[in-house]
Amino acid sequence: MPNSPERPRRITLVRNGPVLVEGPVEVTGDDGEVWVSDRFTVALCTCRRSRRYPWCDTSHRRPTGQTHTGESRSATRTQRHDGGDDR
Amino acid sequence: MTTVTDPPLPRPRGPLSAAVIARLRTERGRLPPDGAIRRADPYGADLQTALYVLYELHYRGFEGVDDGLEWEAELLAVRRPLEERFLAALRADAPQTGLRDTLAALLAEPVADTGTDVSRYLDHHGGLDQLREYAALRSLYHLKEADPHAWALPRLRGRAKAGLAAIEFDEFGAGRAEDIHAQLFADLMTDLGLETGYGHYVDLAPSEALATVNLMSLLGLHRRLRGALVGHFATVEITSPPAARRLTEAMRRTRAGPAAERFYAEHVVADAVHEQVVRREVIGGLLHDEPGLEPEVAFGIHATAQVEDRLARHLLGAWQAGRGALREALPPAV
Ligand code: FES
Ligand SMILES: [Fe+2]
Ligand SMILES: [Fe+2]
Repeated sequence: MPNSPERPRRITLVRNGPVLVEGPVEVTGDDGEVWVSDRFTVALCTCRRSRRYPWCDTSHRRPTGQTHTGESRSATRTQRHDGGDDR
Repeated sequence: MTTVTDPPLPRPRGPLSAAVIARLRTERGRLPPDGAIRRADPYGADLQTALYVLYELHYRGFEGVDDGLEWEAELLAVRRPLEERFLAALRADAPQTGLRDTLAALLAEPVADTGTDVSRYLDHHGGLDQLREYAALRSLYHLKEADPHAWALPRLRGRAKAGLAAIEFDEFGAGRAEDIHAQLFADLMTDLGLETGYGHYVDLAPSEALATVNLMSLLGLHRRLRGALVGHFATVEITSPPAARRLTEAMRRTRAGPAAERFYAEHVVADAVHEQVVRREVIGGLLHDEPGLEPEVAFGIHATAQVEDRLARHLLGAWQAGRGALREALPPAV
């Protein structure tokens, strides 16, 4: 994917979902961890629920407050949107 | 140097498939009359086997069958009423829900295990025997993963084409043969002690499994069904990550092997990207170009859900009763 000042890297924000970034990417964490992906686009988790963090694993979709995986969340989903919204 | 061998012709499962298979083998003999096709069960083993065999001529063909039969007029003429029967049943059984609500429902993970989800069953209860059966019947698709959707490419333009091509590039290994998803699935099968030959398990597959594969071929081979093909692709990508996460767990718990885990682990992350691109770019782009196709995209989603639900009922019914889900027991791991 050619990136240059004339053709900057495209980043797409998904409401209530990940940030999509054109790959390849190198992601660094607070503790110096490094994750690399050469996928054409990557989805970076913003909800912090992903079990494959920093990559999105669609856990942002999951209704909150559920119990079947033993996780529970304080917030309760009351409404589902559509279009650009992911939950 | 290994040479790729063509798959063997499947065994017939009734008069329609017997006539089609005999014709392919001998290039002689009467093909089924329209009346017999109109009376056949559209989801039944006989019609689904006949369709499966005819569709495979467009993918890899069969050992001992002339490649030229792919475009043989009489075979195409018999394929049409077979697929119209299947398509009419799918249309009649599809709910009339619009695309927005249909997509929203796909994105909602059921909170509780309702006992109708194969990946949840395998995650919680699946042993190696069930995982092997599941892989064997899914191999009819996964060994040609993403192939039927490639037929959409010449029928799309702009954002829809670019988005689909990007996803397909990923499915086809992003330039590396060892990373082609069909190859990752073959590696999973090796971990599970299964044969990796294309179409090897067709005779063991229940009709419900054949219908899932025939649906994609039907949608892929007809340009007029391009909207539904996009809906099919979207369904696969959107529903994949949570199911793949559970199947990764099942493979890990049963110590199926690193390649078996990798196939599903890769799909968790890959399809979390693919589903975004398919909704935004492929569906968004297609409906920008051809807004009239919106009901067809919804139909593609409904049809996919239908054939998958039928397969899920078959699998869970067998496994919960302590039976195997294939037509014959699998040979022990090789
Ligand atoms: S944004 Fe998708 S899992 Fe966090
Ligand atoms: Fe894939
Ligand atoms: Fe995918």
